[in-house]
Amino acid sequence: MRDWGDMDVLDLARIQFGVTTVYYFLFVPVTIGLALLVAILQTLWRATAKTAYLRATRFWGRLLLVGTAIGVVTEIVQEFQFGMNWSAYSRFVGDVFGVPLAFEALIAFFVEAVFLGLWIFGWGRLKPALHLACIWIVALATTAGAYFMLAANAFMQNPVGYQVNATAGRAELTDLGAVLTNPVLLATFPHTVFAAWLTAGTLVIAVSGYHFQRRRDLDVHRPALRLGVLTAVVAGIGLVLSGDPLGKVMTATQPMKTAAAQALDQTAYNAPFSLLAVGPLDIEVPGLLSYLGTGSFDGRVEGVDDLNAQYNALYGPGDYAPNLPLTYWSFRLMIGFGMLAVAMAVAVWWCTRRGRLPRHRLFWPAVMWTAAAPFLANTAGWLFTEAGRQPWVVFGLMRTSDGVSPRVGTATVAVSLIGFTLVYTVLAVVALKLFLRFAKAGPPGEEDALASGDAGKPAAFAY
Amino acid sequence: MATTTIGFTAIAVLLTGYLVLESRDFGIGALLPVLGRGDRERRLMADAAGPVWDGNEFWLVAAAAAMLTAFPHWYASFLSGFYPLLFPLLAALVARTAALARRRGGDGRRARAWDWCTAAASAAAAFLWGAVLANLVRGVPLDADFERTGSAWGLLNGYALLGGLTTLLLCCSCGAAFLHLTTGGGTAERARALARRLGAAAALPALAFLLWTQLSYGDGATLTLTIIAAAALLAAPALDRADRARAALAARAAAIGLASAVLFCALWPDLLPSTGDAANSLTRENAAATGKTLGITAWAALAALPLLLAHQAWTYRVLRSRPRAA
Repeated sequence: MRDWGDMDVLDLARIQFGVTTVYYFLFVPVTIGLALLVAILQTLWRATAKTAYLRATRFWGRLLLVGTAIGVVTEIVQEFQFGMNWSAYSRFVGDVFGVPLAFEALIAFFVEAVFLGLWIFGWGRLKPALHLACIWIVALATTAGAYFMLAANAFMQNPVGYQVNATAGRAELTDLGAVLTNPVLLATFPHTVFAAWLTAGTLVIAVSGYHFQRRRDLDVHRPALRLGVLTAVVAGIGLVLSGDPLGKVMTATQPMKTAAAQALDQTAYNAPFSLLAVGPLDIEVPGLLSYLGTGSFDGRVEGVDDLNAQYNALYGPGDYAPNLPLTYWSFRLMIGFGMLAVAMAVAVWWCTRRGRLPRHRLFWPAVMWTAAAPFLANTAGWLFTEAGRQPWVVFGLMRTSDGVSPRVGTATVAVSLIGFTLVYTVLAVVALKLFLRFAKAGPPGEEDALASGDAGKPAAFAY
Repeated sequence: MATTTIGFTAIAVLLTGYLVLESRDFGIGALLPVLGRGDRERRLMADAAGPVWDGNEFWLVAAAAAMLTAFPHWYASFLSGFYPLLFPLLAALVARTAALARRRGGDGRRARAWDWCTAAASAAAAFLWGAVLANLVRGVPLDADFERTGSAWGLLNGYALLGGLTTLLLCCSCGAAFLHLTTGGGTAERARALARRLGAAAALPALAFLLWTQLSYGDGATLTLTIIAAAALLAAPALDRADRARAALAARAAAIGLASAVLFCALWPDLLPSTGDAANSLTRENAAATGKTLGITAWAALAALPLLLAHQAWTYRVLRSRPRAA
């Protein structure tokens, strides 16, 4: 590891991208998952006419708004950053990469903003069925937005639907359909959506747990808790099922990433999956890596060294291995934290079945702290998938070192890295406090919940 | 119409829409600790900026995405070349979001201290947008790869500073006029008095900036727009005096929209002129994406824009009808 003093523009720009992207992706899954859960709660209210569901809808709707209102600014930084730090990359791929991003902004994000606005102001103004449709459209639009964003990302992992124009020095779009049906996209999308559901489900369990511990408003929180548990368990199953094809697509398109996930040096048949490697301790499941990568326990998984030799012949001399400790550990942390969240959901279900209330004083605090697990899993998952792509920014087409802005100086990026980290830290603290404040305040009473959105309540209509 | 024209128009409309809508919010933010006495008043003011402020940011996200897709070189040169202005601008937008969220997190002495952060960040953002747009029209030195060369201090030229001052004062004037309409009691009275002074104070640098733009970068088309913009600028203080608050606010919003339109008209058909070797200027031809990509973007923008405008109008109509908390 080099000294921090030796950092160049490339290192700093990469760290900045990591910091801002991880931060951005704290909000995205909350929005995707919570929008769906709020839509389900409101549907349950319409179907059963129980005010408990209405109160839960209003309660979780407000927390959803905290997330979206604060999260939107991180998307601006994200959109600007490609141009600011990665101008050479933007020039090279803009013609292809920009299209799904434009779809995300002009279609998905737009529909989300419109119908979220309609939903906020529509309480008591719109016909109930129309108002309910609004939140469902929001849920669909956020999910569609994720699809377009992942389409852009999938192009970086596995470029398709383009041809390189040597005169113009860039990749140009030839087939939009191919970009929007990239096999990597089709495998990543369900996995990401399930991760968002797990995040939201765990969040609902944790917040409901806070109120369970205090035995407050259980008529509202019990159905929400059950919905959270159901969502988390369904998401957990979905994550395993969708992770399987994702691993195979990854092995087919980016074999180096599969090898890096395992830090597998040499090509192997019947390759084991290492659960944990600390010092002399190495716990392995025989044949599992081969199975995950190829679908057969005896499948051939290429090692880092062999791939490096192949790539040297193909792309010229260089080191084509990503940062192996980073990919090895982030892959395991992703799985570990995800499983922890699902296990906790199952435990909560078991301990609260048929109206039971767990008595152990550490039970609910443990449930609340588990809310961090899906966020850590999401972060680790993104670290793995982006770090595993290195040294490429677009696999096989452009190296990360060639994508950086050529005329932006080290000091400029260093100052902005420190600056963004500072303001993002402040924003995180404020956002968390605001979320906790509303979460702890609990659901509105029946009369407030039935009142139209903003009557006489200036603060209530925003969030 | 050429797809480059549609793409450029869409981006110009999105950015202009963003500026018109956000100017009010930047103004409210900048005036929050100045006009609001005590927590209750400030809460009302922050609520007046209220639920649409995050929706407004959608316009900017859409503009940036459309820019990347339709004109990748413009996007790359503009964002990397204007880094020294854009980083503080983005940081101000994030800080502003944090500070406004803190305002909703509860009252007290610390909340009031945070209001100064809202004010500083809002004022900085308002100023920087003016400086950014002025530099876009004025141009920067570009090399053969369209990357900006020379010192970052070049971005702080007189024209850009005047542009920044113009947007700062226009935003504050707009915010005060809006608060006069939407709040009540002491806040509204103070907002009215300040709006009157700001309406006149903003007109002076704004007229100078428009004149400079017309003389240095303008043509026949910009002249017409400049005259209408000047009329809107002068109408605002006159309408203030006539106590026609709603019309005075509309005049301010129109002045900002028209000034933005003047800048984009002055820029076209260049996208970012090079102040060094003119051969390195970014134009609609050399900055554009392929016809295929441009066509897709243009259609997506054409489909979204009318809906966006309709939605925004609807939101404001609903907001206007909400009960005023006096």
